[in-house]
Amino acid sequence: MTTSRMRFALPLLVFALLVALLAVGLRLDPREVPSPLIGKPAPGFSLPQVAAAEQRLSLADLKGQVFLLNVWASWCLSCREEHPLLLELAKRGIVPIYGLNYKDERETAQAWLKRFGDPYRASAFDADGRIGIEWGVYGVPETFVVDKQGLIRYKQTGPITPEVLEKKILPLVRQLQEAA
Amino acid sequence: MNHPIDRNRSWPVARGRFGVPTRSGGMGLILCGLLLSRAVVATEIRQFDDPVKQERYERLLKDLRCLVCQNQSLADSDADLARDLRNEVYGIIQSGKSTEEAAQFLVDRYGDFVLYRPPFKGITVLLWSGPFLLLGGGFVFLWRQAKRRADRGSADSALSDEERTRLRQIQDRFQR
Amino acid sequence: MIAELGHIALIMALLMALLQGTFPLLGAAQGVEVWMRVAKPAGRAQFLFLLVSFLCLAASFVTNDFSLEYVARNSNSALPLYYRIAAVWGAHEGSMLLWALILGLWTVAVTIFSRSLAEEFLARVLSIMGLVSVGILLFILFTSNPFERLVPAPNDGADLNPLLQDFGMTVHPPMLYMGYVGLSVAFSFAVAALLGGSLDSAWARWSRPWTLIAWVFLTCGITLGSWWAYYELGWGGWWFWDPVENASFMPWLVATALIHSLAVTEKRGAFKAWTVLLAIFAFSLSLLGTFLVRSGVLTSVHAFASDPARGLFILIFLAIVVGGSLLLYSLRAPGVRDVARYGFFSRENLLLLNNILLVTAAGSILLGTLYPLVLDALGLGKISVGPPYFSTVFAPLMAPIFLLAGIGAMFGWREAALDRIWRRVRYLLPLSYLVGIGLAAVAFEGSDFKTMAGLGTAVWLAASTLATLWNRVRLRGHWVAGLRAQSPSTYGMTVAHLGLAVFLTGVVLSGRFSEEKWVRMAPDDSVTLSGYTFRFFGTEKVTGPNFVAQEGKFRVEREGDGRELRPQKRSYRVQRNPMTEAAIDPGWWRDLYVALGEPMDNGAWSVRLYVKPFIRWVWCGGLLMIAGGLLAASDRRYRLSVRRIALAPERSVATKPA
Repeated sequence: MTTSRMRFALPLLVFALLVALLAVGLRLDPREVPSPLIGKPAPGFSLPQVAAAEQRLSLADLKGQVFLLNVWASWCLSCREEHPLLLELAKRGIVPIYGLNYKDERETAQAWLKRFGDPYRASAFDADGRIGIEWGVYGVPETFVVDKQGLIRYKQTGPITPEVLEKKILPLVRQLQEAA
Repeated sequence: MNHPIDRNRSWPVARGRFGVPTRSGGMGLILCGLLLSRAVVATEIRQFDDPVKQERYERLLKDLRCLVCQNQSLADSDADLARDLRNEVYGIIQSGKSTEEAAQFLVDRYGDFVLYRPPFKGITVLLWSGPFLLLGGGFVFLWRQAKRRADRGSADSALSDEERTRLRQIQDRFQR
Repeated sequence: MIAELGHIALIMALLMALLQGTFPLLGAAQGVEVWMRVAKPAGRAQFLFLLVSFLCLAASFVTNDFSLEYVARNSNSALPLYYRIAAVWGAHEGSMLLWALILGLWTVAVTIFSRSLAEEFLARVLSIMGLVSVGILLFILFTSNPFERLVPAPNDGADLNPLLQDFGMTVHPPMLYMGYVGLSVAFSFAVAALLGGSLDSAWARWSRPWTLIAWVFLTCGITLGSWWAYYELGWGGWWFWDPVENASFMPWLVATALIHSLAVTEKRGAFKAWTVLLAIFAFSLSLLGTFLVRSGVLTSVHAFASDPARGLFILIFLAIVVGGSLLLYSLRAPGVRDVARYGFFSRENLLLLNNILLVTAAGSILLGTLYPLVLDALGLGKISVGPPYFSTVFAPLMAPIFLLAGIGAMFGWREAALDRIWRRVRYLLPLSYLVGIGLAAVAFEGSDFKTMAGLGTAVWLAASTLATLWNRVRLRGHWVAGLRAQSPSTYGMTVAHLGLAVFLTGVVLSGRFSEEKWVRMAPDDSVTLSGYTFRFFGTEKVTGPNFVAQEGKFRVEREGDGRELRPQKRSYRVQRNPMTEAAIDPGWWRDLYVALGEPMDNGAWSVRLYVKPFIRWVWCGGLLMIAGGLLAASDRRYRLSVRRIALAPERSVATKPA
């Protein structure tokens, strides 16, 4: 008898689960695509630099240190939001920041850096975006944290906020720097 | 019918033709909404040396999801990234590789999100088996109901045989 | 001034809804007649205030009052008058007001067409509808007020999204809302019956015409939406399994199950608890759809402003309404005594099977739509569930329905005479499939197994539906008398099931034989597709009321017969992004479809060409289902009032249907 009474409560139970799921869903962003490259080796590249085409920036040059790779472009408005933060971070000198200039024009990119400041040790010039595809870039800005072994450890989609910087990126960077 | 405004992102806009720079990150999404109306038909007219490859290419593109205009397939999206990814897929198919390899190329870089057909793995078992389980449950329910109604029916001795026949005749007459 | 008037009217409507939602309910519980009598006038007053409010908003659009933020965001002085009115429901706030207005409309309808309802029951029904109104109106007033002012007021507005500047898009939302909100009537009937403790078959009889009409509107809304997507979005597709399309399809499936289940409950007193549950499900799915579109939980083409704060409000509203009714169900339903007896092979069981298949289909679609969210919420990553999943899962579930829908009505209530049924269909079944497969093989070259099976099933469905009708007609001797003797209800069923067969034919044939080509065409170029020759004659500039366009001229010929098609590539003056208007030559047997892409070198353009056979049958099927539903709802027995039956008991025995 109780089991047959119970089956009338089943719809209510299922519904309660559904509401719980939807409530959690309200806090999530359905558009955000997580990166499958976390924990995997960063895709290699060797690109000319934004500053001067004769100079090249390769991933191999950056091995052995913890660094940030920030994907940016002069046509990207959200990049301007995070740019002051990057400048300040560069000034603090905690971690080197390298840039990946995505689908841009060299002169416009250089002008942009001159106007807004250049936090990057160097910026690679990815004109056709193919390296971006290798890194799973689907929008700008994006920032990757790469460790000493060359593995990607974190990806930030969208501009870096002070909160994300202090709570997620910097602690991770320190942790990685202390590791062997 | 505005798009959910995501102010944090920008996407490259085909410059020159539209001449409309992204005013704010959010406009990129509104652009997707308007691009949906086939502002530019996603037709890079591709040359294949083999019609089989062409069919593979076209069929695969329909099953891949655009990451920028996330409600369109890679076949239909006009986003810049979609064009770039179509280039990649074209290259892979043209070089003779299979659709699975082309799809895997994208999955390696962007994850399962890019597939419209969810892969059959541990976490999607419930998804693929769910409908069958539901149906099975429904059949169990149907069976139990049917048995209950039939059983009690045979034990129903409130009417005599003659009454039951008469009742049946009356019911048949008014049956629709 | 007008906007403030509208705002006040909205508040008054809320007050009326509060009265409507509380007093009659308490009155029914306590037996206080005066309180119960509050329901009708409160409901009607609520509607009147809502109408005033809506008209005020419409007036603001018509007079181009850009000091209202909503008007500024969705209209423009160059926008034609017709679209300025349609813009009222073009975005979130206005469409919610439309939702509330339509709920008021259904409320008034219930107050008018309810002479045969017991007072207590009617009071409860109106109360529940009133409580739903209260929720919606609170939501509008607190989170989505269309009467918010914008200071300083801009000189002109941002214009209505060009996608919405189209007939299909202006009619589609009202039809859909009529359906969604109409299901609240069935819901209120069900909950009122639960509250009253008496789930007799009279409740089902009263519920049926309301549910049928809501179902008709929902079918209309979905059919319109699909047709619009086809001609407006330019890819020749008509269904994309987009989350919000799914959100409208799920209540439709459950509502279809409901109208069939109500038939059983009304005629045989069986499935009482199950039918109540279906009524609750159907409306819950309507509300869930509202939530999904407006909360930002899923990405969709149709999503309105995604605001988690609004989403939370709707979620709480959903939790209260649905949770409350399901709680009531879990408490009261066990006490319902189903006295019906029926054999294993009976119409009752067949309809229960129909229900289970439809509900499973709805459940599967819900599973697929929400699964990415489930995985994301559990931190298990992000996947996508798209058309490949839905079409794989949906078709097998629907197959038994197509097979059985035609002969379902041949099964008798309680105990079907299987041998008699078999005798009627034993030749018809193989014959139908032979005809279907034969047609596929002969008339449509390149048919594969799926096409043959699909076409065979469509022919079988149509044949068995007609055979069922013929069976009944034959009983009356002469066929003319027989046809006249059938009730609208029978014709409704026949037409609707035929519509299903027509729909299936359209899906199968257009799915298999549609051809498309993406090509570069210079002026004077020709391309051949499926026997049709498309010739391009270049483009010229045309001007519209609020846009400029490049219009291409195409001539399509086949065996001497030619048509002209003029697709456009429009640029709306305000929003400025280009938009394509495809040119379609519709036909019973095929659609010809041309869309302009990008201008290329030397006057050439990239062009998309389609030949889509039998695609109109998809929507004609929908239209037939609508016609069938209307026929069924017009049945005389729904119009018999209690008084007339009470006054003439002897006559009523003959006229009262079984």
